[in-house]
Amino acid sequence: MTLQMLDSPALATPPSRAFLARAGQGARKAAARYGLLLGFLILWQVGSTQGWLNATVFPPLHLIFAALWDGLASGALIDDIAISLQRSGLAFAAAVGLGIPLGLFMGQIRAVEQALDPILQFFRQTSALALYPVFILLLGLGEASKVFVIFWATLFPILLATIGGVKEVDRKLIEMARTYGAPRRTVFLRVVLPASIPSVFVGLRLSATTALLLLIAAEMIGANRGLGFQVMNAQYNFQIPLMFAAIFLLALLGLAANFTLVTLQRRLCRWAEAT
Amino acid sequence: MRVVDTARRGEVTIRDLSKSFTLNGRRLDVLRGIDLDIHGGEAIAIVGPSGCGKTTLLRVLAGLEEPDRGDVLIDGAPVHGIGNQRAVIFQEPRLLPWLTVTQNVAFGLEVRGTPAAQAADRARHYIRLVGLAGFEEAFPRQLSGGMAQRVGIARALTVQPEILLLDEPLGALDAMTKLTMQEELARIWREEGVTMILVTHDLEEAIFLADRVLVMSKDSTTPTRLIELDLPRPRDRSTPGFVALRRRLMAEFGLH
Ligand SMILES: Nc1ncnc2c1ncn2[C@@H]1O[C@H](COP(=O)(O)OP(=O)(O)OP(=O)(O)O)[C@@H](O)[C@H]1O
Ligand SMILES: [Mg+2]
Repeated sequence: MTLQMLDSPALATPPSRAFLARAGQGARKAAARYGLLLGFLILWQVGSTQGWLNATVFPPLHLIFAALWDGLASGALIDDIAISLQRSGLAFAAAVGLGIPLGLFMGQIRAVEQALDPILQFFRQTSALALYPVFILLLGLGEASKVFVIFWATLFPILLATIGGVKEVDRKLIEMARTYGAPRRTVFLRVVLPASIPSVFVGLRLSATTALLLLIAAEMIGANRGLGFQVMNAQYNFQIPLMFAAIFLLALLGLAANFTLVTLQRRLCRWAEAT
Repeated sequence: MRVVDTARRGEVTIRDLSKSFTLNGRRLDVLRGIDLDIHGGEAIAIVGPSGCGKTTLLRVLAGLEEPDRGDVLIDGAPVHGIGNQRAVIFQEPRLLPWLTVTQNVAFGLEVRGTPAAQAADRARHYIRLVGLAGFEEAFPRQLSGGMAQRVGIARALTVQPEILLLDEPLGALDAMTKLTMQEELARIWREEGVTMILVTHDLEEAIFLADRVLVMSKDSTTPTRLIELDLPRPRDRSTPGFVALRRRLMAEFGLH
């Protein structure tokens, strides 16, 4: 009662009050989430135009976006995006196609897993980038060596995460399925496979990040197209806004890959409240 | 009622059953020549000190372990390995977290080849029986411990086993939930007419639910004993007969 009396003005216009309150809450949430990013961008823009920052190294944002727009409109950057996507996509798909089935198999058969684990650990610890010259020697400086180095680096996170996921499936759940007479195949399809999905996704997200990293490195070392090449090339030619535009596109690519995987994980793992 | 036409079904005969484990290079005789006849539809409780082999006996009966010597016969025929006549309820509910309550309860039937729609129908019937109507679409993480255990019980009942093997099914529950669940187990056992073999460390639970209690011991000099519980049902924990039996069982354990 007291509350209502204190709040009596609200009774006159309740819908607009409620709406304003909700809008205010939404704005506060957005501010908490993106406020710092926005502040950073504003600081950049103001700093660059006011001369607090060296404008040749940190050009104002409108110049960067103009370069981005020009690149996209002329199709030059579109080409770079396409070739970069093709390289990393091909390598990632191959790593997924090989890593997940192999991991599911290896995780289930102890002898295989134990025999292969030392060599896997060894390969994993050998940086793919250090092996890139070897791949170039073997496959030439063309597309094959680039795709292969990305594939190599992305394979191990997926493979190891899948093996780990399968190995960590609760034995008690498997035993439960067996007491209902489930044959091996059914135990695999209905218990082992769904139980390892969250772990597989951890590997996939790690791999996606690695794929992008290796893509940029490979394109910086020996390419004449691609976003990584564009970053280097623009820097050589002192087209700093274009360089930042390419960097921005690379960041966007990473965000998009992560977003796709998180969304997919949410849909597949609704039961686990995906993070 | 099923009790009439299944009078002989669910009979379990245990003949000279022995099982040992090797632990740190030492032989450990866990089960030493156990003999027991369980009638169809009977409720047997197995009690005994920790480590005396209750779980081992239940796992042998379930077909999850092979005995070293001796036989388990169901309805007169020796059995090896897992079989459709038996269902196991473990101490933990062991639900598949990615399946809803209905899907979990239907799991056993589906694994045995029942079409999904029919399995779901049967599942819903047993979900009601264990008092979980309204939670059909919930996921296991949204359930309390007692509710999850009830889902596990419903899953076992859905395959309509002749024999229900329970290993401390209520051991992890709080005292209040436990009392309610004991009442429900008594009701389900009566309604379904199954043979119930229940491992428990709770003597009161044993007296409340069982027709006979098998008391196992840890040292090889003391043989296993079988105690008849001649109490009318439904049982009441406060009757003199109940109290006297509890005192007698506690004396078996050397407690007074
Ligand atoms: N797989 C195994 N390997 C070796 N020893 C085992 C194995 N399983 C059980 N044991 C041993 O057998 C004995 C009986 O174990 P069991 O689990 O049957 O006891 P329990 O009566 O169920 O005890 P509790 O009341 O604590 O559950 C224990 O000493 C245990 O160490
Ligand atoms: Mg036990």
